Amino acid sequence: MTPSWRFWLIGGLVVAVLAAAIYFPILRRRVKRAARLQQQSEEQARRELTQPIAINPGEPRVKAKLFWAADAIDSTLVPVTAELPLSNDPVLRSKQILNTLLAGPVDTELRTLPPDALLLAFYLLPDGTAIADFSEALATSIPSGIVSEQLAVNSITRTLEANVPQVQRLKILIHGQEVETLAGHLDLTGTFVVNTNVAQEPPNPAPTPAGTDKPASPARAAKAPASVLATLTADKAPGKLGQTESRP
Amino acid sequence: MLLRVSNIFRMKFLSLIGLLSVSVLAAVLVSASPTLSQAQQPSPGVPAATSPTASPGLGGAVGTAASAFGAQTQQSGLNIVVLDPAHGGTDPGARGTGGIRESEIVLDFAVQVRRALELQGFQVVQTRQGNENPSFDDRSTTANAQRGAVFVTLHISSTGLPGTARVYVNSDLPAVANASGLIPWDRAQAPFLGLSKSFGDLVQGFLAQRFKGSPDTAQSASVRQLRTTAAPAIAVEVSSVTVEDRADLDRMAPGVADAIARGAAAFRPSYVVPSAPGALP
Repeated sequence: MTPSWRFWLIGGLVVAVLAAAIYFPILRRRVKRAARLQQQSEEQARRELTQPIAINPGEPRVKAKLFWAADAIDSTLVPVTAELPLSNDPVLRSKQILNTLLAGPVDTELRTLPPDALLLAFYLLPDGTAIADFSEALATSIPSGIVSEQLAVNSITRTLEANVPQVQRLKILIHGQEVETLAGHLDLTGTFVVNTNVAQEPPNPAPTPAGTDKPASPARAAKAPASVLATLTADKAPGKLGQTESRP
Repeated sequence: MLLRVSNIFRMKFLSLIGLLSVSVLAAVLVSASPTLSQAQQPSPGVPAATSPTASPGLGGAVGTAASAFGAQTQQSGLNIVVLDPAHGGTDPGARGTGGIRESEIVLDFAVQVRRALELQGFQVVQTRQGNENPSFDDRSTTANAQRGAVFVTLHISSTGLPGTARVYVNSDLPAVANASGLIPWDRAQAPFLGLSKSFGDLVQGFLAQRFKGSPDTAQSASVRQLRTTAAPAIAVEVSSVTVEDRADLDRMAPGVADAIARGAAAFRPSYVVPSAPGALP
């Protein structure tokens, strides 16, 4: 190998290293920018998909009752009346009312649901069972605890009860999936009774515990023989809709 | 000259490869030995972590405790309290801004509750002793395997008036028993709801005396842990992890322990223990 050949080889290598040293940070910046853009566009797409149902000002304005917390540390709910243009279609109406509930009260301390939670979908089955699919933020941003999780579900069921009479039971999904609990405590495997006047499932032989803020339906106080209950409930598979009906 | 240089490089390269392979071999051997010892450990270790542990001094393992207890059950009724410190492991539960974790506090509370219950003559079975996280069903299994037991799950909330405590029983459940007379697992609490309410009211009454601002009676909520428990079962939730100083919560532990122990003692006469574990009351 002649010295001139070696000189050119080393020179070429030095140039390559220098070029790489200059180009590498630029490339890294570009990759980062591209990733950020993609993330933004995904976020944008999600927002477009989950765009809250716009309230149509042309709809007749009705007095809607929204249940938010009574005060910042209390675990009770109070109805707040607001005049909203609501649709007569029960599904659209439920979406409008739940989006208003998610938007929260003027005083943010009285929120019952996390501010970043979204309603992704809402369905109403012919038997009056509604299925509300919320974004993951409902489960991940809510303060963990029996009292806070119960308050969140109560505010949803009571708001639906007050404004959409067609909804009798509510099943809550998180991002399209059935989950065991909301945030480690409250059972989401069953359905929640929304309309207290609707015919109930067979009553328990044990005395009915009083609800925290809902009166028990008179039908529940009645007793039925165990054999009747057995025939009525034997065929229910675990983990499916209607498996547990919980009165929040 | 160039040949000599390349020879030196080749030799260095070969010796480097040799060194590398020796070190890789050594690393494999070193890492293999703990893997082996870990593989051997689970047989005694895993059951200890997942299976319930009876309180020391009152029976050791659950199997022996339960069988020894079987003879007494007929005369004395309720004798066992299954104590469930909620969460644990990778699930810290509620977290306060000051780094307070629900899973750690309830474990400390459980120590005091167990002591108070033992003073009342109860045998205590805990669903977890350390930082494990048994599933909801595993915890219920612990309770459902006992005869003459009540179940108490301990929680610390994220919200609510600090310094108060609330007792919850499960919300209404529709089913009681299937055609064969067995209780469906997923609604195991249903036949016990009335008893749970009585037990819960007693404990809540004692808590209300101790902690002002607490409700007077037990409330109902769809608590997942309670649903699959075939025994009088309550959840006790103390407010809250938002306290600035952890000592504020620690100070509540003796009062909570005393209320649970006195509630269980007061509930004892009203509970007719079913003949078999998990049977209808």
